[in-house]
Amino acid sequence: MAGETAAVSMTVNGKPITANVDPRTLLVQLLREHLRLTGTHVGCDTSQCGACVVHVNGKAIKSCTILALQLEGANVLTIEGLAAPDGPLHPMQEAFRENHGLQCGFCTPGMIMTAVDIVRRKGNELDDRTIREELDGNICRCTGYHNIVKAIAAGARAMRGGGATSQAAE
Amino acid sequence: MSATGIGAAVRRKEDRRFITGTGHYTDDINRPGQAYAYFLRSPHAHATIKSIDVKPAAQMPGVLAVLTGAELAADKIGNLICGWMIHSKDGSPMKMAPHPALANAKVCHVGDPLTVVVAESLAQARDAAEKIVVDYAVLPAVADPAAAQKPSAPRIHDIAPNNTIYQWHLGEAGAVEAAFRAARHVTRLDIVNNRLVPNAIEPRAAIGDYDAGTGAFTLWNTTQNPHVARLVIAAFVGMAPEHKLRVIAPDVGGGFGSKIFIYPEEVVALWASKRVGRPVKWVAERSEAFVADAHGRDHVTHAEMAFDAEGKILGLRAKTVANLGAYMSTFSSSVPTYLYATLLSGQYEIAQIYCEVDAVYTNTVPVDAYRGAGRPEATFVVERLVEVGAREMSQDPAELRRKNFVKKFPHQTPVIMAYDAGDYNASLKKALELADYKGFGRRKRESARDGKLRGIGFSTYIEACGIAPSQAVGSLGAGVGLWESAEVRVNPTGSVEILTGSHAHGQGHETTFAQLVSERLGIPIDNISVVHGDTDKVQFGMGTYGSRSGAVGMSALAKALDKIEAKAKKVAAHMLEAAEGDIEFKDGKFSVAGTDKWAAWGDVTLNAYVAHKFSGQELEPGLKEGAFYDPTNFTFPAGCHICEVEVDPETGNTEIVAWIAVDDFGVIVNPMIVEGQVHGGIAQGVGQALCEGAVYDKDGQLVTGSFMDYCMPRADHLPTLKVDTTVTKCPSNPLGIKGCGEAGAIAAPAAVINAITDAIGTEGLTMPATPPAVWAALQKVNGIPKAA
Repeated sequence: MAGETAAVSMTVNGKPITANVDPRTLLVQLLREHLRLTGTHVGCDTSQCGACVVHVNGKAIKSCTILALQLEGANVLTIEGLAAPDGPLHPMQEAFRENHGLQCGFCTPGMIMTAVDIVRRKGNELDDRTIREELDGNICRCTGYHNIVKAIAAGARAMRGGGATSQAAE
Repeated sequence: MSATGIGAAVRRKEDRRFITGTGHYTDDINRPGQAYAYFLRSPHAHATIKSIDVKPAAQMPGVLAVLTGAELAADKIGNLICGWMIHSKDGSPMKMAPHPALANAKVCHVGDPLTVVVAESLAQARDAAEKIVVDYAVLPAVADPAAAQKPSAPRIHDIAPNNTIYQWHLGEAGAVEAAFRAARHVTRLDIVNNRLVPNAIEPRAAIGDYDAGTGAFTLWNTTQNPHVARLVIAAFVGMAPEHKLRVIAPDVGGGFGSKIFIYPEEVVALWASKRVGRPVKWVAERSEAFVADAHGRDHVTHAEMAFDAEGKILGLRAKTVANLGAYMSTFSSSVPTYLYATLLSGQYEIAQIYCEVDAVYTNTVPVDAYRGAGRPEATFVVERLVEVGAREMSQDPAELRRKNFVKKFPHQTPVIMAYDAGDYNASLKKALELADYKGFGRRKRESARDGKLRGIGFSTYIEACGIAPSQAVGSLGAGVGLWESAEVRVNPTGSVEILTGSHAHGQGHETTFAQLVSERLGIPIDNISVVHGDTDKVQFGMGTYGSRSGAVGMSALAKALDKIEAKAKKVAAHMLEAAEGDIEFKDGKFSVAGTDKWAAWGDVTLNAYVAHKFSGQELEPGLKEGAFYDPTNFTFPAGCHICEVEVDPETGNTEIVAWIAVDDFGVIVNPMIVEGQVHGGIAQGVGQALCEGAVYDKDGQLVTGSFMDYCMPRADHLPTLKVDTTVTKCPSNPLGIKGCGEAGAIAAPAAVINAITDAIGTEGLTMPATPPAVWAALQKVNGIPKAA
C-alpha cells in the first residue's frame, strides 16, 4: 500500500481505539472499513442524505464530512453503541419499530442518531412541525416521513426521565 | 383474526437488525482479498472514442488492471438486453441497439462507462482513473425527446433512423375519430411527465467473486430479482452457465424499480474478478448513480377527451413520445406501451380509446420502470383530462367522475385490461367525507383572508398490479413469465422456513409472509423464517416489482401451504390410526373428526421425519413442499386521493395542507405495512409534482446531478397523511390481495397538480410545480389574481 499513514486515537462506543489511516480517511470510512461498524451508511457524496449521522462528543455530525484525523481524543457514538448489544433497545430505536418508522432500513441509523440529537436540543415534547424542520438533513425515500415523524415524537416522550438516553458512551 | 395472522398490524421481524445497525447491505460485505473497481465514465453526451491510453493508469500504485470495452468484446462478453419485444404498427420489431457493458466505439450519454480500474484500494483506483487518456471526437447530442425525431437531430444508433425505437399504437383510430365527431365538448392538454431519478438511498453495489477451482462465479448485488439477473447474465451476457453463477441479494436499501435492471457494473465486476483473480467490489457514489441508474418517466404527450352534453366520456386519444435514453434498459420497452396505454381507461367507462407511442433514443441515461412504471403517466393523463374537462364544462369534478365510473364487473376496457372487481364510488365517497369536501369553500375563504390561494385536486386512479399472467404478458411481448414460486420447509421440531422467489427491499416480507404461515399453520410467528435473495438457496423466482409480492408471491406460498397441510394430514392419520379423510386441522392441531383424539403440530412434524408410524411404501418421509403460482389476471387496485394546497401568490410556494387517500387493495395482510407503502408512494408522487426533475442542457449534460441540484422530497415537503381503505376482494388470486406498493406514486402527481391549478386558475403548469414555475404561471393569469 502506498501513501503515508497517521495514527489517531479516539473512543468509539465506549471503547478506546487507535488506527493508522491514510490522512484523507473520513470518519465514516474509519468506522465502516477499519472498525467494521457498518451500521453507519453512506447514501450520498454531498452531505445531504444524513445516512451517516453519528454523535461526536454528544452532538450529531455527518461522519462523511469530517476527517478521522480531526477527531483525536474524541468520543464517538454510532448506532451500534446506542444500546448495549444484549440489553434493551434505546427508546428511540423501539419507537421506530413500534411506529413502522423504517422500511428498507438504510437511512434508519442516521435518522435515529439525528432523532436522539433533536431530543437533546429540543426536549421531549416535539410537535410535528419542529420534527419535520429538524429532519432537513436526513432523506428517506421509503416512508414519506409520516411514520418517522410519529416515531420521533413517541421516542422523545419515551426518553423522558433519562433511562437509556444518557449512554455511558456519551 | 389471530394476533399474528392475516389482517394484524404485526410489528416487523426484520426491524431489529436495521435499528441496531446490524443489517447486511452489499457494501457491508467484504470478501478476503477483495479489490476495488472504479469506472471511468464519459463526460460527453455523444462522442466517438478515437483512442484510450491506459498505460499511465496501469503504472499507478496499487493498480491490478485497467480494462476497456475492447477487451470485454475480445473476451466475448455479450451485450445487455431489453427483454420485452414491442412491434411497431407497421409490424417491424423494435430497434434494439447494442449495449456493451463498457462502451467500445462510441459513448452515448454522460456517464456511459468505458473503462474500469481495479486496484488494491478504492482511492488508488480513483487516482489511477484520472491518468487514463481518452481521445474523444465529440458529436452533436440530443436530450429532449420532443426533438429526437427531427431530421436535424444527430443519429445515435445506426439501427434506428430518426432515433425512433418503435411507433406503437393501441385501439381503433377510426372508432375514436367517430366518438370525437359526436362530442359536445373536447378537452385538450399538452402534458410533460417529468423525468425522475429513482434515488433509493442505498446506492447500487456489486461484488464479483470468481472461483478458479470450480469455474463458478458469485455476485453480491443490490437487485430486486436475483434469479432474473442470473438468467440474463448467464444466457445473454454469457458470463457463465446459469448453474455456475450464484447471485445473492442481501439486505437491499430500496429499489423502486431501479434495482430490477441488469446493469453494466455487475457484469464488469464479475468479469474483472476473473481477469484479476480477486473478488472485485464496486459501490456507486451518489453522483455516479445519477448518471448510471435508469431514470423514470420522461413522456411528452398530447391528449384529448371527448364528452357528450351530460359530461359522459365518449372517447380518449393520446399521442406520446417516450424517451428511453441512450440504450434500451431491461424492461424499458414495456413501460410506455403495455404498462401505460392499457390504463388509459382509468376508473371510467370509455367506449373508445386510441393511443400512439413513439419511443426514442436520446443522449441521456437509459429510462426504465420507476415506481408505478407507465401507470403514473397514464393516471396523470386521464385525471388531468377529467379534472380540466369538469372545469371547462362547469361541473363538479367529483360528480363528473362518479357519473363516468365503471359500475359493473367484470369490465372489459377497449385497451386490453379486464377489470375484475372494484367499487370506485365507495372510495370516492369515503374520501369526500374524510376531506370534508363540503367545507372546502369555507376553507378557501379562510385561506384568502391570509392572502393564500387554496385549491383542491382529485385523483381517482386505477393500476394494473400483481403482474401478471405469464400467457398474457407473453402474448404482449414479454421475454419472461411472471409467475412466482415458494417452498415451505418444515423442520422436525415444527419450525418453518419459507423460501420465496419474491425479494424484499423495504416491503417487510419477512413479516407478512410469516403472517400467512402463522395464520394457516397456527404456529407462532417467531418460529417462521423467510429466506429470499440467494439463487443457491431459493428455487427460481421472478422477484419483486409491480406490486406483485402479495398477490403473486404469497399466492404461491398459499399453494405450497395447501400441499403441506395435505401431507401433514397423511402423517397425522397414521399417527392417530384414523382415515386421512377424518383428519381435521385447525389452530395447529390435527384431530380425528367426532373423537377426542388429536396430535399437535410439533408431534406431526417430528413424526414426518422420524417416519416410525408409516412405511416408505405408504408415504414418503419429510415435510417440504413447493409451488409455482401463475395468476389468472392482473389485479386492479384503485382508489381516490384528494390533495388540498395553499399557494402563496407572492412567492409561488405551494404547501400541501391536507392529504386524503382511500385505497382499495383487496385483502390486507398487515395494515401497518400497507399504510407505510401508501405514505412512501405519495411522497414520491408529491416529489414528482412539486420538486423533482432531471434536467439536461442542450448538450446532454445532466444539470441535476447530485442531491445539491436534484430536489428530493424532505420531511417538510409533506403533510401528515390521512390514509384509509375500502375493500373489494380480488377474485383473481386465492388470497384476494390486489397489491399496494405503487398506488401512492400513481395517484399523487395528478392530485397535486389538479389542486394547484384549481388554486391558481390556470392549467398552464408543468411538473415539477416549483415556486418559480407556479409564480410564472400566475403571472400569465392577468398578473397576480386576487385571492378570492
